[in-house]
Amino acid sequence: MPSSYATHPEAREIVFDFLEGYDVLGAFWMTVKLTALSALGSLVWGTLLAAMRVSPVPLMRGFGTAYVNIVRNIPLTVIIVFTSLGLADIFGVTMGAPDNFDVQGFRLAVLGLVAYTSAFVCEALRSGINTVPVGQAEAARAIGLSFSQVLRLVVLPQAFRSVIGPLANVLIALTKNTTVAAAIGVAEAAYLMKEMIENEAQTLAIGAVFALGFVVLTLPTGLILGWLSKRLAVKR
Amino acid sequence: MTSVLYDAPGPRAKRRNALFTVIFLVLLALVAWWVWQTMDDKGQLKWDLWEPFTTSEAWTTYLLPGLGDTLKAAALAMIIALPLGAVFGIARLSDHRWVRLPAAWVVEFFRSIPVLLLMLFANEVYARSGSVGSEDRPLYAVVTGLVLYNASVLAEIVRAGILALPRGQTEAAYAVGLRKGQTMSSILLPQAVTAMLPAIVSQLVVIVKDTALGGVMIGFTELLNTRSTLAANYANVIPSFIVVAVIFIVLNFILTSFASWLERRLRRSKRSTGAVLHEDTVEVNPAAVDGSYGSGAGGAFGGTV
Repeated sequence: MPSSYATHPEAREIVFDFLEGYDVLGAFWMTVKLTALSALGSLVWGTLLAAMRVSPVPLMRGFGTAYVNIVRNIPLTVIIVFTSLGLADIFGVTMGAPDNFDVQGFRLAVLGLVAYTSAFVCEALRSGINTVPVGQAEAARAIGLSFSQVLRLVVLPQAFRSVIGPLANVLIALTKNTTVAAAIGVAEAAYLMKEMIENEAQTLAIGAVFALGFVVLTLPTGLILGWLSKRLAVKR
Repeated sequence: MTSVLYDAPGPRAKRRNALFTVIFLVLLALVAWWVWQTMDDKGQLKWDLWEPFTTSEAWTTYLLPGLGDTLKAAALAMIIALPLGAVFGIARLSDHRWVRLPAAWVVEFFRSIPVLLLMLFANEVYARSGSVGSEDRPLYAVVTGLVLYNASVLAEIVRAGILALPRGQTEAAYAVGLRKGQTMSSILLPQAVTAMLPAIVSQLVVIVKDTALGGVMIGFTELLNTRSTLAANYANVIPSFIVVAVIFIVLNFILTSFASWLERRLRRSKRSTGAVLHEDTVEVNPAAVDGSYGSGAGGAFGGTV
């Protein structure tokens, strides 16, 4: 098809005319930025939560459990809308950008996504630690390894390897969840699609372009990380 | 308490744990104090703002109709998506390439697209075709989006449920002379459905949560949407958010507890083949994770998140 467009430039104009005046790539770049920053943030906060949930201190375990169970059961939309209407407007949390509403909205969206996604990261990590048979740690302790050695040499290497698959799924879900940021006006892919689909005639073509964008973003992640997790899986 | 990571604490560990408890308690108290103080400063603790929730008007005018719409959309989506998902799940297991491959494409396609895009698209299609009245359009759009997405997730659950059955079930069915269709309908599917029940109930939580998207983006009058009307009326942003969040938490907690109760019950029952799917064990990634069911090394591809 592209070759025929090259020989008939007017054909390309008719077909892709609806893209004119819209920054589709820019919108998807925003989606990627939201995903990357939120992924980083939720990896850090999720790891801390997981550490609390498996810690020997009952209070921390309780906090971790409560956090995960509460946050997992609230719709992400409620959280994201709350960051804008509640955190920013009432609590005055402006994320260091009180005047620039674009930047503020972006940072609030990342905050909401991190708060939500880290609950799932925590559960993925915890299930990873739980897949390590107790016998492994007992054997390690029996031959005289210290706590940090048990963790560093025996438990964590096995846990990390079994956790890649679940974490990949969380990352893919996060990529799709960034569209919720459109609810507070962050100009990412879904926001632009809503604008375009309401103003342009080619509903189907617009839908296809954005759908394809997300397939391109999520499919390789799933394939690469899925292959990696299979390769690294601990055979038991 | 013993776990993989540590033994029952001795005297030194006990002292250290006590220290951590105190430090953590102080941190929590600081955060709680800040929240309380800010809410007090902004006047969000005033009884006026909370008082509406003790009257029946706030509930009958805003919250309950909103909750009703949330539940209606979720129930409709589940009821329509379940048979559709079963069809696609079984199609993906077909022996015929020309059935298996298209089914796989459809499932993978709709699973990799955010449900919000599907809702926006459905909304616009309904608006242009004029086949749906503008009153009903948000509900139709939300349900359409949820059905397309969740049918493909349920298709994977069905597939995983059937694959999790021991091979001997199929072999025995063939040995007594059943056809492929008979094996599926009278041997595999009935067992798979019971194995899938917990995962299906867990998926209901995802559906309930996703209805909130329609409230903000296409004006569907579900709980989050009626909250903003309520907050505009009583000027109680924070209290209304807290109440709505609690409603969602309670609702989803009931569903989650029901799912794990079902799972425990099914695991206990002697007649089952031992294959029980939990939300986390449904591997949905195309290049799936090492698929030992029950080890927790799975994860629903966007399903639970």
